This record gives sequence, structure tokens and C-alpha cells, in this order.
Amino acid sequence: MIQLYDITKVYPNEIKALDNVTIRFPKGSFNFLVGPSGAGKSTLIKLIYREEFPTRGRVIFNGRNVTRMRRREVPFLRRKIGMVFQDFRLLPQKTVYENVAFALEIAGASSRVIKKAVPAALEVVGLKQKAGVFPGHLSGGEQQRVSVSRAIVNNPDLIIADEPTGNLDPETAWELMRLFLDINQSGTTILMVTHARDIVNEMKQRVIELAGGQVVRDEEKGTYSL
Amino acid sequence: MRLRTICYYFREALQSILRNSWLSITSIGVVAVSLFILGCSLLVVLNAGNVADNLESSVEISIFFKDQATPAQIKEVEDKLTGLSEVAQYEFVTKQKALEEMKKNFGEQKGILDGLEEEEKNPLPDAFRVKTHMVEQVAPLAKQFEGLIQVDEVRYGQGVVEQLMALSHWVRTAGLVTMVLLGVAAVFLIATTIRLSVFSRRREIEIMKFLGATNWFVRFPFLLEGMFLGLAGSLLAVAAIYYGYFSIISSIQVSLPFVPMVSNRNLIILLMEGLLLAGLVIGAAGSMISVRRFLKV
Repeated sequence: MIQLYDITKVYPNEIKALDNVTIRFPKGSFNFLVGPSGAGKSTLIKLIYREEFPTRGRVIFNGRNVTRMRRREVPFLRRKIGMVFQDFRLLPQKTVYENVAFALEIAGASSRVIKKAVPAALEVVGLKQKAGVFPGHLSGGEQQRVSVSRAIVNNPDLIIADEPTGNLDPETAWELMRLFLDINQSGTTILMVTHARDIVNEMKQRVIELAGGQVVRDEEKGTYSL
Repeated sequence: MRLRTICYYFREALQSILRNSWLSITSIGVVAVSLFILGCSLLVVLNAGNVADNLESSVEISIFFKDQATPAQIKEVEDKLTGLSEVAQYEFVTKQKALEEMKKNFGEQKGILDGLEEEEKNPLPDAFRVKTHMVEQVAPLAKQFEGLIQVDEVRYGQGVVEQLMALSHWVRTAGLVTMVLLGVAAVFLIATTIRLSVFSRRREIEIMKFLGATNWFVRFPFLLEGMFLGLAGSLLAVAAIYYGYFSIISSIQVSLPFVPMVSNRNLIILLMEGLLLAGLVIGAAGSMISVRRFLKV
């Protein structure tokens, strides 16, 4: 469902972040993207949600060429992608409920839909009872679960998680990974950038390793092994 | 657009104004002062124009005939006046009428003119008094009658007319330049305020863009915020100008009744509406300028 064809990305400062990369992410797959800093992982995910344009090559999302999409179509692409970041990126002045509802408000959902979908999404991450709390009063793990809840509330086709466990202790990280597995089981494609060796080794999912802007390894049920 | 979304826009705008209350008050004040000065200079221009128009409309050409001019020769000049499109109106003033007017002007000293009533003794000439549509037409029109054999002299306050034209042109230009400069200044001040408000929320904007918000969804609350600040400022300015102006007018009308002030209430109200609109536009323009840079995520 997501295909990258011969992608090359050269930044204006002449740095070549990606060099002739071709990857397919089948629908419902669970993918780890690993590699040292500067390998091109961030650039790759930015191309998928179109924060960046490739210098050469095509990105296809659900059969549509993301690169050629008009600017006003980009918000609709992003509503099909749930984003989870290392630093959670929650709005501090909104409650847990409001943070999750916000993704739906942006998409123009009706009050009725919001009232149904938000508690359901909070239920999935086990934070229904914290709906009225502000993010500042939550632990890191809880905040990350709120952001996962926000990412899934729109029923996205893809979840991109950029080092989601980077700020979490190992136990909390594992809880989060189980959550991602559950979400993946319901058919959502997951693309996770991570440096968490133990998690990758244990999960036995597809591992794509980038180095110097190129795919150096692509294994089903792979390990971290850098 | 859903009602929920509209409520969201207004709630966000209001929250932002309250959150940055000092900044909001400052920018309302800045807009109020700018638009107050703008409105005052508009009124000055309007009144200067009014005075100029009054003076202009009192400029007339006098065509004096020689004593020996025959009625036919006078008729010839009248025919020429009738045929000219620049002529707004003209009046034939016989030497008798001129004398009567002069007596009226002399008031109590009119005795000096006694004994001049007889036609042979009256030294005043017959004349046409001509008004043009526009003050610019005075000098060229006057030239057309100079040098005719029956015409003794053509007068139109040479020099004064040219100076008057230059003055009214200058007042209008200066007023226009002041208004444009103040308008631009107000836009940039609002832009600065909104920029601070946008800057303090840049992370929020970034998150909104990641979540798939359209540019208008991000922009609208800021647009409302700017428009509200602009409108609030212009309301203050309008209130001050409106009450200030009419109290000034009423005192001028008592102490300097010959100064032709613009007191047409409808015209002033139109001007005030214009200022309110200007406030809205300034606010909107300011916020659009500020948000633009942060939407490129």
C-alpha cells in the first residue's frame, strides 16, 4: 500500500539523505526502520507524510502519488497517517480528552462522532479514566499512550512512530510496544523508527536498515544487529 | 462549515486574546491611536477640501467693457459666453448696478458716491461676471476675452487662483500620504502582535499540521483575533473622533461662523464606517502576514 520507488533526496546544502531507495510497505505490515543517526530515517518518513519532497523518485500512498499531490490535498493525506513522536507533542493546555478529540475536530468530524470515537480510542490505550487530566500531570508512558490514542482515533491506514520509546523506561516501552502490536493486529500498517535494540530483537518483525542513505538490509523477522 | 468548528474558531481567538491580554490591549491601543490620527487627518483633508471648494467657487472672472462698447458688441461677448461649456453661469452687471453694489459695500460712507448716478458721470464700466465649473478653467477662459476691442480689462484675481490651486492640491496630497503611511504602520503593528501570538503557539500549529489541519483551520482563529483587535481599536478611535469632532464643530460654528466646516452627519458617519472597516482590514492583513510563515510545515 505504501511504495517508495528509486527515491533520492538531496538537501539544498548538498547533503544526500537518501540514495536510490526502493521499499514497499504492504498493508497491515509491522516495520522497524533502524540505522545510525544521519542514515536517512527521518527524511524517509518526512517524504511519506510530505513534509519533504524527493529530489527523484515517487512515493505512492494507497495508489496515489504523494509527490504530485496538490497542496490542499496534503491535509487529507495526513489524516490517513497517525503520527507518534518521541516527545509526544501533546497540547499542554488541553485535557487528555481534548487532545484526542482535536484530531477529529481538525478533520471536521461531528460532535456525535467525537463523543463516540474519543472514549473508544482512550479505552484502547487504557486511559479512559484520565480523560479530564492535563498532559502535564501524566507520566511519560501515559503521555505517549495519549498520543497513540490520538494517532488511532481517525482510523488511519498507517501509523508512523518516530522513536516512540526514546523517552520511556524499558517496562513502559514494552507496554507501548504491546499496544502497537494490538493496533497492528487490527490491520493498521506500522512504520517505526527506533534505536531500541532489545525491542527490535524481541518483536521479530520486519527490519529495514538504512546506512548512508541506502537500504543495507531488509529482513522479515529481523534483528537490530548494527 | 460545522457549528462546532465555528465555535472552535471563536473560542481559540478569544482564549488567545485573553492569554496575551497585555499584548492585546497594547495592539488595540496602537490601532486606536493610528486610526484616530488617520481619522483626524481625513477630517482635516475633508475640511480643507471644503474650504478650498468654497474659495474656488467664489472665484469669478470680470469682463469690463470700454465706455464706447455698443450693445451689439456686448451681445457678441454674451453669445460667446453662451457657447462655452466651461462657463457655469454669468451675469451682466450694468454700470448702474455696479454703482449700487458699491454703495452697499461702502455702507455709511456711501455719501462719497453721491452725484455719480447720472449716466455720464458714472465712472464704472458695464461688465460680465462669469463663473466656471472648475477653478482650473478660470485663467484660460479669461485669456479668450482679453484683447477684444470692446473689452477694456479682464480680471480674475490673477495669481491668487494659482496659489489656491497649489495649496488645495498640496493639502490633499499631504493628507493622502499621511493616511497611507499610518495605515501601513498600523498593519505592521498588528502583524507584530499576531506574530507574537502565533510564535507562542508555533508548536501547536506544527502539531495541527501533522494531524492534517488545513491551512484555513490554522489561520482562522488568528484571523479572527486580528480582526477583533483591529475592530476594537477602530471603535475606540471612531468614538473619540465622532464626539470630539462634533463638539469642535459646534464651538467653531459659534466663534468662527464664516469658516465652512463639514457638518453633514451622514458623511461623517460614512467616514466612521470606513474607519471601522479599515480597522477590520488592518487586523486581518496583519494576522495573514504573520501566520503565513508558520504554515509551511
